[in-house]
Amino acid sequence: MSATVSPLPASRARLGLRTGLLVALLLLAAMPVLNQLPTTHPLHVSDFLVSVTGKWICYAILALSLDLAWGYAGILSLGHGAFFALGGYAMGMHLMRLIGPRGVYGHPVLPDFMVFLGYRELPWYWLGFDHFAFAMLMVVLVPGVLALVLGWLAFRSRITGVYLSIITQAMTYALMLAFFRNDMGFGGNNGFTDFKELLGQPLNTSAARSGLFYASLIALAGAFLLCSRITASKYGRVLTAIRDGENRVRFLGYNTTHHKLFAFVLSAMLAGVAGALYVPQVGIINPGEFSPANSIEAVIWVAVGGRGTLVGAILGAFTVNGLKTWLTSAAPDLWLFVLGGLFVLVTLFLPKGLIGLLKGRGA
Amino acid sequence: MKNTLLAFLLLLAAALPARAQDAFVAALPGLAGNFNAQAEAVERLGALADPRAIPVLRALTDGRLLKRPDNTLVIREGTTTTDVLTGAATDAAGTEALRINNRVRVALRGALGRLQLVSPDPAERLAAAEAVFRTRSADNVPLLDAALARETVPRIRDRMAIALAASRLMASDPAAKLLGVEALGASASPEARAVLLEARAANPDILPQIEAAVAAIDRRLAVRRAAETFFQGLSLGSVLLLAALGLAVTFGVMGVINMAHGEFVMLGAYTTFIVQEACRGIPWLLPWSLPLSVPAAFLVAALCGAAMERGLIRHLYGRPLETLLMTFGVGMMIQQSVRLVFGAQNREVLSPPWMQGTLLLPFDIPVTQNRLWILAFSLVVLGLTVAAIRFTRFGLEMRAVTQKRAIASSMGIRTGRVDALTFAFGSGIAGIAGVALSQIDNVSPNLGTGYIIDSFLVVVFGGVGSLAGTLVGAFGLGLVNKILEPWAGAVLAKVFVLIAAMIFIQRRPRGLFAQKGRAAEA
Repeated sequence: MSATVSPLPASRARLGLRTGLLVALLLLAAMPVLNQLPTTHPLHVSDFLVSVTGKWICYAILALSLDLAWGYAGILSLGHGAFFALGGYAMGMHLMRLIGPRGVYGHPVLPDFMVFLGYRELPWYWLGFDHFAFAMLMVVLVPGVLALVLGWLAFRSRITGVYLSIITQAMTYALMLAFFRNDMGFGGNNGFTDFKELLGQPLNTSAARSGLFYASLIALAGAFLLCSRITASKYGRVLTAIRDGENRVRFLGYNTTHHKLFAFVLSAMLAGVAGALYVPQVGIINPGEFSPANSIEAVIWVAVGGRGTLVGAILGAFTVNGLKTWLTSAAPDLWLFVLGGLFVLVTLFLPKGLIGLLKGRGA
Repeated sequence: MKNTLLAFLLLLAAALPARAQDAFVAALPGLAGNFNAQAEAVERLGALADPRAIPVLRALTDGRLLKRPDNTLVIREGTTTTDVLTGAATDAAGTEALRINNRVRVALRGALGRLQLVSPDPAERLAAAEAVFRTRSADNVPLLDAALARETVPRIRDRMAIALAASRLMASDPAAKLLGVEALGASASPEARAVLLEARAANPDILPQIEAAVAAIDRRLAVRRAAETFFQGLSLGSVLLLAALGLAVTFGVMGVINMAHGEFVMLGAYTTFIVQEACRGIPWLLPWSLPLSVPAAFLVAALCGAAMERGLIRHLYGRPLETLLMTFGVGMMIQQSVRLVFGAQNREVLSPPWMQGTLLLPFDIPVTQNRLWILAFSLVVLGLTVAAIRFTRFGLEMRAVTQKRAIASSMGIRTGRVDALTFAFGSGIAGIAGVALSQIDNVSPNLGTGYIIDSFLVVVFGGVGSLAGTLVGAFGLGLVNKILEPWAGAVLAKVFVLIAAMIFIQRRPRGLFAQKGRAAEA
């Protein structure tokens, strides 16, 4: 449990990473612009690549949030996909309300699936979601409150390690079952889809797509800066200390429950933001996002990149998802072997992930 | 064979009361008379509850009833003709077919319907009882009485009794009505309850008795429902017990968290399938393929477990989170391998004949046989596991190594070997669970996924330090799930179980043989 991942020394390596990160950021930012070039142009970036990169950026935010909880606070959450999905559902509810009377059934207020299921009026928990600000508040608030309740119950009872992992996995499993039900009022099996517009912009235009792309990129950069600040602060040091020896920190007089709770809740909120940015880009959200396998896949992104490094989480999310996108079309049968192999490889031979590998080379 | 015997018995029973026989014989000549006499004779035969009347009336309906010049009757059956009274084959010469009109036809239909209550065919009798129950009328009482006296099949008797009671309720005689209410109140059928509720408006004079009868039925139905829920809970519990028992060994005893546990269960189920296919060539062996699968599944899963422990897990001892991730990856690869080899679709594993069918316990509680077998099987596996840990050399060494590895090692126990064996043992039990699950679940590559979270909850929930905890945890979870399900839904039941598990973790389950002191804080 007390696997130590030493923070990177403020050295050449760190400087190199910072520069690399900045270059990567600029390259990413250039993608929608290059997409506008004529298709024959050698620097043209295809629509597919832009949209898939937009997805990966959202995954990177999720990985970042998970790294904050696992890499720094030692909370291995196997349920972060649930926070991601809840943020996505909050955004999805807003998008559904914005469809208005343009649905198949043409009902002025009710989304199609509610008309289909025989709802007479909007359930109370759907009220307010027609306002963008309210919906965005819910994007962070719903995952945050769930993390607060779950974390408070768990950390107060000193549930740590694998027990906590199992509990979080059971949480996302229970939520998945719940969201599959039609009478929950969240579209059941099919979830939400057929979104029309966001902030007055039709979603199917390239302007809206690049807007969402940049919003995700800014969110990623912002989340990275926030997490770097936090982990470098005194609070961050205490958090790392809790990860490495919770009892000792407790005996030194720190309230470890509150420290962990803050990190866990913030992490859940970031995951919610990631989900909210993800949904309008892929155009659908359904209960499958709650599946435990999704959450554990996110864990492996962080592990592959190198946990407790923040940069590693982002790197891992891009690497693994890049591999996944390539392999699932090139050799679909092989992908699960590669993913499973990654789990084994990283835990046995690469405990510090790709970042550890790079750092080893640089030193 | 059974039917002929039954018919024989019925004939015997019919022959006993001489008066009834006389009435049958006496009514016959009427059939040869004019239409009025025919209708009258049909009515009389219909009221007789004598099964011999059925073929005669059927023959009359189909125009196959012939009369001789002396007004005795014969039935034509294809090319042969038989005498109605003696049943002997006779000559068809000089006979003429009997004709009927609409009035006789109506009478025939009613009479045949009622006569089916004494038909030699049990299915026909049951259908007739249902029909009489639906069209309940006081006229049917004597008929039902006669049929009931003759009936030998318990299930049909029950239906007839309810039909009789419901018909009595329609009578004008208050005493008969009370008799009917009483009989209905003694049953445990929802239909009887509905009849009683319906009768409330028409019978204000005996309202208290009706209410009492309804209450009695409600009580019986509640008991039956409770018993059904209880059995379903036990059944779910036994499945959870099987799935969690191996986990209680690997996770509870060794502290190794194995996310591929569900895949070992799945491997056990596929082993069952392979053994069954192998036995197909040898017909006398086929019914025994399931018992044969138990050791086979144990071996396959145990070998996989041992390989995994020696090859991978032992490098990660003391790092539970890494173990969790690594085993998850291995599980993923096992699942994908099986999917590639056997295909993603479900494989069919047959139940041996002695496991099929449904058993009816008292109060009509239906119990499927294979679930009963699995319940017993899970307890046997639990007993064997306990015995292996407590009474064998291997169990002793296992306990020694978990309690104090260094001392055990210095006493000459090869701890590495014990680790491998323990893990193999736990995985083998998972394989056995797969054999049982192949009987009630779809054998598909993701068979194990559905059980893994619940199994962990069982171990955590009941894992206060012993296999007994696992037993309590499994049946507790099964019962709580099934009891909560009807009114809270499956989801809320899960959430409740989750919270309960969190409360239980506070009691700190640190494996079956809890370590105390500094060593406990890993």
